[in-house]
Amino acid sequence: MSTRLSNTGRLVNRSAVKNFTFNGKKMQGYEGDTLASALLANDQMLVGRSFKYHRPRGIVASGGEEPNALVNMGEGARFEPNQRTTTTELFDGLTCTSQNHWPSLEFDVGVANNYVARFLPAGFYYKTFMAPRAAWKHVFEPIIRQSAGLGKAPKEMDVDRYEHFYAFEDVVVVGGGIAGLQAAKAAADSGAQVMLMEQTTDWGGRAPVDGAVIDGKPADQWIDETVAALEAMENVTLRTRMMGAGVYDHGYITGYERVADHTPGDGRPRHRLWRIRAKQIVTATGAIERPLSFAGNDIPGVMLASAVRDYVVNYGVSIGEKTVVVTNNDDGYRTAIALVEAGLQVPMVVDARSEVEGELPNKARDLGIRVEAGKAIGKVKGGKRVTGVGICLQNGEGGALEEVKCDAVAMAGGWSPVVHLWSHCGGKLIWDETQAHFRPDANRAPTGANGEAFVLTAGIANGDMGTTEALASGDAAGKAAAKAAGHKASRKAAPKADVVAENAMAPVWIMPQNAGPDLRMKMWLDYQNDVKVSDVQLAAREGYESVEHTKRYTTLGMATDQGKLSNINGLAILADSLNAEIPQVGTTTFRPPYTPISMASIAGEARGEIFQPLRKTPMHDWIENNGAHFEPVGHWRRPYAYLQDGETVEEAVKREVKNTRRKLGLLDASTLGKIIVKGPDAGKFMDMMYTNMMSTLKVGKCRYGLMCNENGFLSDDGVVARMDEDTWLCHTTSGGADRIHGWMEEWLQTEWWDWDVYVANVTEQYAQVAVVGPNARKVLEKLGGMDVTKGSLPFMEWAEGQIGGFDTRVFRISFSGELSYEIAVPASQGRAFWDALMEAGEEFGVQPYGTECLHIMRAEKGFIMIGDETDGTIIPQDLGLNWAISKKKEDFLGKRAQERTFMTNPDRWKLVGLETLDGSVLPDGAYAIKEGDNDNGQRNMEGRVTSTYHSPTLGRGIAMGIIHNGPDRMGEVIEFGKVDGTMVKAKIVDQVFFDKNGEKQDV
Amino acid sequence: MLILECPYCGVAAEETELAAGGEAHLTRFGPGSSDDDFETYMFMRENPKGVNFERWRHANGCGKWFHAARCTMTLEVFGTYSAQTYEPPADLIKAIKKKRPDWPGYGAHK
Repeated sequence: MSTRLSNTGRLVNRSAVKNFTFNGKKMQGYEGDTLASALLANDQMLVGRSFKYHRPRGIVASGGEEPNALVNMGEGARFEPNQRTTTTELFDGLTCTSQNHWPSLEFDVGVANNYVARFLPAGFYYKTFMAPRAAWKHVFEPIIRQSAGLGKAPKEMDVDRYEHFYAFEDVVVVGGGIAGLQAAKAAADSGAQVMLMEQTTDWGGRAPVDGAVIDGKPADQWIDETVAALEAMENVTLRTRMMGAGVYDHGYITGYERVADHTPGDGRPRHRLWRIRAKQIVTATGAIERPLSFAGNDIPGVMLASAVRDYVVNYGVSIGEKTVVVTNNDDGYRTAIALVEAGLQVPMVVDARSEVEGELPNKARDLGIRVEAGKAIGKVKGGKRVTGVGICLQNGEGGALEEVKCDAVAMAGGWSPVVHLWSHCGGKLIWDETQAHFRPDANRAPTGANGEAFVLTAGIANGDMGTTEALASGDAAGKAAAKAAGHKASRKAAPKADVVAENAMAPVWIMPQNAGPDLRMKMWLDYQNDVKVSDVQLAAREGYESVEHTKRYTTLGMATDQGKLSNINGLAILADSLNAEIPQVGTTTFRPPYTPISMASIAGEARGEIFQPLRKTPMHDWIENNGAHFEPVGHWRRPYAYLQDGETVEEAVKREVKNTRRKLGLLDASTLGKIIVKGPDAGKFMDMMYTNMMSTLKVGKCRYGLMCNENGFLSDDGVVARMDEDTWLCHTTSGGADRIHGWMEEWLQTEWWDWDVYVANVTEQYAQVAVVGPNARKVLEKLGGMDVTKGSLPFMEWAEGQIGGFDTRVFRISFSGELSYEIAVPASQGRAFWDALMEAGEEFGVQPYGTECLHIMRAEKGFIMIGDETDGTIIPQDLGLNWAISKKKEDFLGKRAQERTFMTNPDRWKLVGLETLDGSVLPDGAYAIKEGDNDNGQRNMEGRVTSTYHSPTLGRGIAMGIIHNGPDRMGEVIEFGKVDGTMVKAKIVDQVFFDKNGEKQDV
Repeated sequence: MLILECPYCGVAAEETELAAGGEAHLTRFGPGSSDDDFETYMFMRENPKGVNFERWRHANGCGKWFHAARCTMTLEVFGTYSAQTYEPPADLIKAIKKKRPDWPGYGAHK
């Protein structure tokens, strides 16, 4: 059993007890515990089930590489699945439950998969879920959905707060072990602005656990002194609980700070994503121990040797009473020694190497530990917990020589440097034969904007396995980084450590060497995704030579740990199966983040109301308080309709249309884009921007204009007014102003930079109100001021003057077909002007109207709407707008494109009106169906609906659509498909349904 | 996440401040041009592995368009320069040649 020891645990505070629950069971731990160490202290080794076979899974590691011990954390609005217990700090009141089992952790039905494992080999899903097609919906998909995912998805909205921080540093050091501390110290001593981040709560990394002695002092003391020195420096920022998540181009690095995971609900943001720009980055990210591949290496109780050591030394937790250590290197002996020194039993160290000498093995022997050289573990006994191991020869086939009783196995397969951050931005690796691992190749570092390296690496992350070497490389990296960042390197010498000589490790990828198929299919590589040695070998036999393909075929390294434990072992097996060298097989791609980070931290503050800032017109508050049913338009919310007491949206829209056509309606048109084009060459420029001739427009007149892109497609439309000799005011669509302004700037800056023209987007400088309806003139005359009669201000002209005491610019333009004045006032007076119109308009039956009423009235008049009648593939000619395309101009944007043969071919889908025979409303976007089928067996089409409404004015459905040769087919009846599969007949008609001669607007 | 120095306002602008504008130094072909010329202008774009000349706009900054010379492989930035020019400045071309002796030179592909 695993239990709490009384005499060790450098990180736990035994005077501070923390209560927590696991699967509803009450447990206790101490301040300083991780959830994993606290579970182990309560003898909870079994913590979950594997993904595919539902095999019992125990804690196997002590850090971010943990593949098994994932739990559902918290409840309700703080529920989160797949949380690693090894990186979760224990706090009072923590609740968690295990994952991927039914009905219970102890008894799981899905484990049946385990007994048919023989029939669930690599690529099982690809091989099985193929045909018949019908089986997908009713058989395969339900099975996959049922078995997919480990944890449960949260059901409630996250109540926590998240934020982004920004920082700019000379040097960022990732990893707060001794190499990172020394790198930060050396860089800071050189005068650089330094940030040092450590993902755990404590500085120093593995050195104190391994009993390092630095400058004659115990590692803990050296660490405390160095941290204190760094804290005292103004040019240093220290951060614990902060992981270096990713390294990106040009020195961009993200830090993931878990501010309040251990103090939920205390009001602080839970996570903070740091977005940092660093001149230089030092990755002192340490290394991860590799498991050894022997049969039964996944049974709970089998753990990494370094993790066993961590739990004893850091947390005072023993994994078992009797621990067998299995190793291929000297470092594994540190675990054996630590266990014996803590009063625990180590019945045997099983060493795969044939000769075992050296300081650490001999110390173990001196402590009375039995060391067996050239031996291997043939199999592990036990189900939910290790009960013993069978010992065999490493160079044999697995025949048992002896059985050793134990309740824990510590495996030491050598160390793999954490090269992730080095690799994120293109740093290359070299294969180190001696240590059998990949490490960063300093000659092929990630390079920055100036072409020089911007990432350095230090310590074990660089393959510097000894304490002195790690300190030296940290020191050198710190100085080099500071120098590259423009500082003069400090001349202080690096600290020295007591040297512990270690003999060479032996690369052992399979144990025993000649294990047969029965053993190989019990050797786990990827614990979470259940990938075994036999699966990788099968993939190789089936022709998967690329490590990237093998990964996806077998799912090796695709679990939440992303292969931190399994990848090197897996690719060594693959290399062996392919008779290739490991460096030739290579690694899979390392992608950020290093370990998963919360989606909420990426979103930061951008959620809820401030997900996207809302633009508000000066009338917004009035609109909100007067029954508005809003719809999003660009970054605005515009009223779709104003609901009166008891009205439905549909009823409100109908009322608004009728009232505006019969009496008087007001529209807040402030969102309309307004761009000033000014300068001696403005006319020439306007003629290039618009398809129409704008340079000839007379001062005081308005003209409807079209803008196309260089591909000839219609991009925007609106009314242009000429202000004076060299000034034009361009109205654009709502939401189109920024785009069109940018478009104009692009041409002026990059093509016609010698033209004397300036453009300014003044959209928000003016509020604009459309005063629409037969009573429009009456209300303006009541307010009094400028002459708004037809004689003084005819249709399609504009004038400036005062109305009701307001400074106004009045445009006689109409998007409704009614008598209409669009009146602009300075934005600051918009609300007051609106109020004045509402008050004065009361006797004339004034009502505000929304965007749907606007749409219906324009459709009744056959006016196009950008985004309805256009979709980026429509040329103005398709919409019958040839009258707005100048034939006199030599050039305008889109003219050359419209001369292409496809564009000039008359055989196109073109705009017409559509009237259903039964008066119903055509479905939006419905296709016109033609006789016959296409090559895919689908019905042929000859057009589609672009705008469709119920017209309250006409009392029936009206629509516009683009129909094959539509204008030549007036009166023809065609069919449209409805969503329910039935057809509806409609007649092709003129698209102007109301007041064809435009008499109402020109009065 | 690139950083490019805007040659107008002098700000070392992060990618989030910038908008990419595609290939630099295109020649516009308007009415009267051949189909081939128009096709080249509209659609035919270089996609070099290595030195590339691009248009960028300091969209969330001073609003100005500018040019950048950049390596598409390493993201090394050789320089940024005015948008109001028909080709890269001679000193920039010289500097790139020095750094990348194998580079065939500006316009070599055209």
